[in-house]
Amino acid sequence: MVTFLLNGEVVNAEVKSSDTLLNFLREVKGLTGTKEGCNEGDCGACSVIVTDETGIAKTTNSCIALMPQIHGKAVRTVEGISSPDGSLHPIQKSMVKNHGSQCGFCTPGFISTLVAAHKNGDSDFENQLAGNLCRCTGYGPIIHSAKENLSEPVPVWMDENLDRLKDITSPNNLPQSLEDLATLYKNNPEATLVAGATDLSLEITKKLKYFNNMIFLGGCEQLKRIEITKETIQIGAACTISELIVSLRSTFPSFTNMLLRYGAVQIRNSATIGGNIANGSPVGDGPPALIALGAILKLRHAETIRMLPIEDFFINYGVQDLNPGEFIESIIIPKEVDILKCYKVSKRFDQDISAICGCFKLTVFENTITECRIAYGGMAATPKRAFKTEKKLIGSQWSYSTFETAKSEISRDFFPISDLRASSNYRLKVAQNLLTRLFYEMTDTNIDSRGVLPCP
Amino acid sequence: MSIGKNTPHDSGELHVTGRALFTDDISLSNDSLHLAFGLSSIAKGSIIELDLSKVVKSDGVITVISAKDLLFTSDTSPSANDEPLLSDGTIHFLGQPIFLVIASSHINARKACRLAKVNYKKEKPVLTIEDAIESKSIIADGECHYIKGTPEVAINAAPINLTDSFYVGGQEHFYLEGQVAIATPQEDGGLVIYSSTQHPTEIQHKVAEATGLKMHEVRVEVRRMGGAFGGKESQGNALAIACAIATKATGKTCKMRYDRDDDIIITGKRHDFRIDYDVGFNEDGKILGIKFKHYVRCGWSQDLSLPVADRAMLHSDNTYNLEDVSITSHRLKTNTQSNTAFRGFGGPQGIIGIERAIDHIASHLNLDPTKVRTINFYRSGTLVKENLQKPQTTPYGMPVVDSISTEITETLLKTANYKSRLEGITAWNKNNSVIKKGIALSPVKFGISFTLTHLNQAGAIVNVYTDGSVYLNHGGTEMGQGLFIKVAQIAAETFGIGIDRIKISATDTAKVPNTSATAASSGADLNGMATKIACRKIVNRIKKVLSKENKIPEDQIIFENGNILIGTKLISFKEGVLIAYENRVSLSSTGYYATPELSWDRKTGVGRPFFYFSYGAAITEVAVDTLTGETNFLQADILHDCGRSLNPAIDLGQIEGGYIQGLGWLTTEELVWDKRGALKTFAPSTYKIPCASDRPKVLNIELWDAPNRLDTVYNSKAVGEPPLILGISAWLAISNAISQCGTQYPHLNTPATPEEILKAIDRARNGV
Ligand SMILES: Cc1cc2nc3c(=O)[nH]c(=O)nc-3n(C[C@H](O)[C@H](O)[C@H](O)COP(=O)(O)OP(=O)(O)OC[C@H]3O[C@@H](n4cnc5c(N)ncnc54)[C@H](O)[C@@H]3O)c2cc1C
Ligand code: FES
Ligand code: FES
Repeated sequence: MVTFLLNGEVVNAEVKSSDTLLNFLREVKGLTGTKEGCNEGDCGACSVIVTDETGIAKTTNSCIALMPQIHGKAVRTVEGISSPDGSLHPIQKSMVKNHGSQCGFCTPGFISTLVAAHKNGDSDFENQLAGNLCRCTGYGPIIHSAKENLSEPVPVWMDENLDRLKDITSPNNLPQSLEDLATLYKNNPEATLVAGATDLSLEITKKLKYFNNMIFLGGCEQLKRIEITKETIQIGAACTISELIVSLRSTFPSFTNMLLRYGAVQIRNSATIGGNIANGSPVGDGPPALIALGAILKLRHAETIRMLPIEDFFINYGVQDLNPGEFIESIIIPKEVDILKCYKVSKRFDQDISAICGCFKLTVFENTITECRIAYGGMAATPKRAFKTEKKLIGSQWSYSTFETAKSEISRDFFPISDLRASSNYRLKVAQNLLTRLFYEMTDTNIDSRGVLPCP
Repeated sequence: MSIGKNTPHDSGELHVTGRALFTDDISLSNDSLHLAFGLSSIAKGSIIELDLSKVVKSDGVITVISAKDLLFTSDTSPSANDEPLLSDGTIHFLGQPIFLVIASSHINARKACRLAKVNYKKEKPVLTIEDAIESKSIIADGECHYIKGTPEVAINAAPINLTDSFYVGGQEHFYLEGQVAIATPQEDGGLVIYSSTQHPTEIQHKVAEATGLKMHEVRVEVRRMGGAFGGKESQGNALAIACAIATKATGKTCKMRYDRDDDIIITGKRHDFRIDYDVGFNEDGKILGIKFKHYVRCGWSQDLSLPVADRAMLHSDNTYNLEDVSITSHRLKTNTQSNTAFRGFGGPQGIIGIERAIDHIASHLNLDPTKVRTINFYRSGTLVKENLQKPQTTPYGMPVVDSISTEITETLLKTANYKSRLEGITAWNKNNSVIKKGIALSPVKFGISFTLTHLNQAGAIVNVYTDGSVYLNHGGTEMGQGLFIKVAQIAAETFGIGIDRIKISATDTAKVPNTSATAASSGADLNGMATKIACRKIVNRIKKVLSKENKIPEDQIIFENGNILIGTKLISFKEGVLIAYENRVSLSSTGYYATPELSWDRKTGVGRPFFYFSYGAAITEVAVDTLTGETNFLQADILHDCGRSLNPAIDLGQIEGGYIQGLGWLTTEELVWDKRGALKTFAPSTYKIPCASDRPKVLNIELWDAPNRLDTVYNSKAVGEPPLILGISAWLAISNAISQCGTQYPHLNTPATPEEILKAIDRARNGV
């Protein structure tokens, strides 16, 4: 049984672990305000607000949230956003007044995301709204409605009283400690681990697979810790991308800037770095940077710990170095960096999967490149280092011609495929050009098309 | 006064609270059944064996229907009866429905579909435009040709010639609400259908045909759609028919909604084109003669392709006077989704042809493209009106008497600060090697009316009750465009009462019959006028009674501010209504409107297909990353003509949304098929419509404030489709930025994805 707050009321739900929150809301609860637009986390029509013990209001795609993930949390849907007496939330009022809805199908999702941002005091609206698609309005009136309410106080009825869930019992497949998880998984190695489910849910909603044996990681507080020491940062595997962005911002700004383009807020609020690594995707945005940084995975099987450089984890397409019953506990990143640049290139700027992701870690001493680790996503069957290119760069002078010469090595390092995101030629060319971009960025040439302003 | 007010959308509050019911939200009885289609996995060939044994046995399956089980002709086509609901054994595209599962739940139906074993005899599919040209694969009615003057001679005589060929990509509608329909059985064997459709009458007609019912036994109701954009003009037929057949077979309420992937894989999209042009011009960029060839990918069936391809031809001139011109249109049949209506209905494709040609001319002459545009504009309607000059005519012989392109463009160039920004951009490009800026203006002239002339008609019904409240119903459907609120404003204005007294109601084939699709931007023009006529009839009846009672001439009786002014006496609207009632006068009326003055022969390509034109222009500035081909839209300035706007806020919303949709069409929205004919971009994870950050950082939109010179409803103009075309300025701005990278013309295709942009940069630097 899954217990949570739904629009302020305690709900005990007898559900299957593979049931999605969206179906529960619409089909069991008859709360049809929340819409299905894609059933894969990409449109935001199903967005609801989930609040956990952190108190942060997290806009979440209910279509790919599995019921056990919301155990012990508060869920607020569009039906619970106006006050109990029916008066509108200030954001709702503005949206009506400013013509923020046309067909209105996307609107409940926008309301959820905007109300969550309002509650958290976030004002970077383009970023906040990247996961909500609207085909009608062109977004202007929606952004306007958000801006208009920046200084409006959060209505009291938006408080979530999680105390009411203090004494609930957790489902068996939601272990509450790392030790319990390790034991449960050791005894049940065929089980499917579920972290943020942003990957796994698609197996359910799109491939229509049935999972009857899942273990959820969300209950293990130890997996959500981020520990920063003098030399390293150790990230628990169940930390979300959103949490990563906050914790790593000052140490690896280029990495976290890129992570701001990882999915959209809804996805980043759920997706974990462990899941991003474990799924072995060749186009995941976490691994290239972690490979460039020389991160080490801490893998656990029961009591046994295995340390593995992350680049060795990816063996081949769909094949990772992970034994039955073994899982990623944390990722350990050496802090020391001279230069780290992370670039993501995709068809659409926000909420798109990388065509190419290139991450570069360099040390330059007295104008000579002394150390260099380069990793790309989207260029091979796994995230992979550019060894030949690295070799060419190491020992060379820091100069334009060094980078131009090194470019040719890219086509010896990689033989990318053509697919719907990009052709092999484009991938190669851009992978090369990212070296130029790196050089330019370090020499203060303007390479930031996003920062450009219109001519007056 | 209701007209011209920024009245919020009638459903605004329902939208923001989640109370607005869409078709999928309608609560159904527990024994309702759910449907899904089993789809073909090859693009062309035939079915040798269809083994559904596992499908039938799958969890929750009630029954499975394939073509042989159909009792009546079950065709989904809006035009040529060439689209069987379920494959008759022949496969025309990958994703074609071949059987129908009826199950206890949506998910059970979807799961069962995947268990079929189908044995095919495969044939080599015709997929691309080039495939179709090579194999001469054309849809019925094949080629179409319009000619004015002697283009061949004019081009040969011109000082300079250019020819080129480029591709214009298609576009998935991506309405946020997918296709959905419900059929509920009635006691007498009839059916009530709830459908997310722009065309309830067509649903009624096709359902009746597929179930052997008479049209009067089928009632179709549509309260609202979650977006449509043309994608629900004919593409909803299959679901409604499937539900109707399933309901007849089971006696139960049946619902069908496509999962998003199925929706994109099954339904048609905007037609993609190859456009060839051959243009002759002088040193100023004045076009002396031009020939266009359109190669139109229609997909596997006819659907609405003929009128779409026609409209593309009819917009090949855009705002430009072409004395010697020919347009040839090849309508190609391919083994892909059957392309269909999409906002603009071929107009945008027609227009981008000439805009590309002008861009090319300007580049060749090293002139500011905006200059080349303006010198080719149609003569201003003001000059024509004041009889100073004769009107120029379109390639199809229709005089252009209302052009305001020059006026709009001149104003916009000033308000957008075009000249000084152009200088700023030139300076920027000198100083920046990686990020290049570009700017471009594109105008639009869009013909308003259905080109199938008989569709230009509409009906409404208005009931006034004795408490002074009004019930309004008309044939138009609400898809988010604000039609209902506009028409309600018209009713309120005509009765001189507040909008709160008007009850807006769902579109219903039992209330207003034989309607046209809500399409061609004509919703408010047609239904608004029909409503006004209905209201006026009632007003006149009340006036007659009051005139008699008060011995005051009818023309001295005025309906305003919720009152009726009878000479100097003031009574409330409600009192007036009661008096009429007591005098036994009908307070209910229908209204009917047919657009006047149309005459069009699509075979010869001559006549007046349009009642009037809508105009507009946009200027967009972009920054292009020349290392990756990524773009960032910096600013757009739009000036658009809605005549005397019925509701400026609604119109601005249409303009902004249309512009962004056009921008998406030409940039990130790329449809990719693989060699087997499988559409690979079938979900929002792979098909990228603009999101909030793709919107230009600065976006200024103004309405051109002048009444329509023709007698449209309150002299307003249609606004649904034309602004989409303004997105072309964004694409031209990219072309302009790329031109800064080299000396050659970049020959940009659409969509201008980062990859296409890098290729074009290479062409600009190194030639083709
Ligand atoms: C709309 C959308 C947008 C996306 N955008 C991006 C993007 O921009 N960039 C990007 O990189 N990805 C993107 N993704 C992919 C996805 O978010 C990531 O792969 C994500 O990190 C997966 O993490 P999760 O916690 O959700 O994993 P889950 O779905 O819970 O699990 C994924 C896999 O990893 C396994 N797993 C999870 N945790 C562990 C662990 N600790 N140890 C061992 N195995 C484990 C699971 O068993 C499962 O096989 C997107 C996904 C969606 C739906
Ligand atoms: S339905 Fe599209 S994100 Fe959930
Ligand atoms: S209002 Fe229609 S999708 Fe946003």
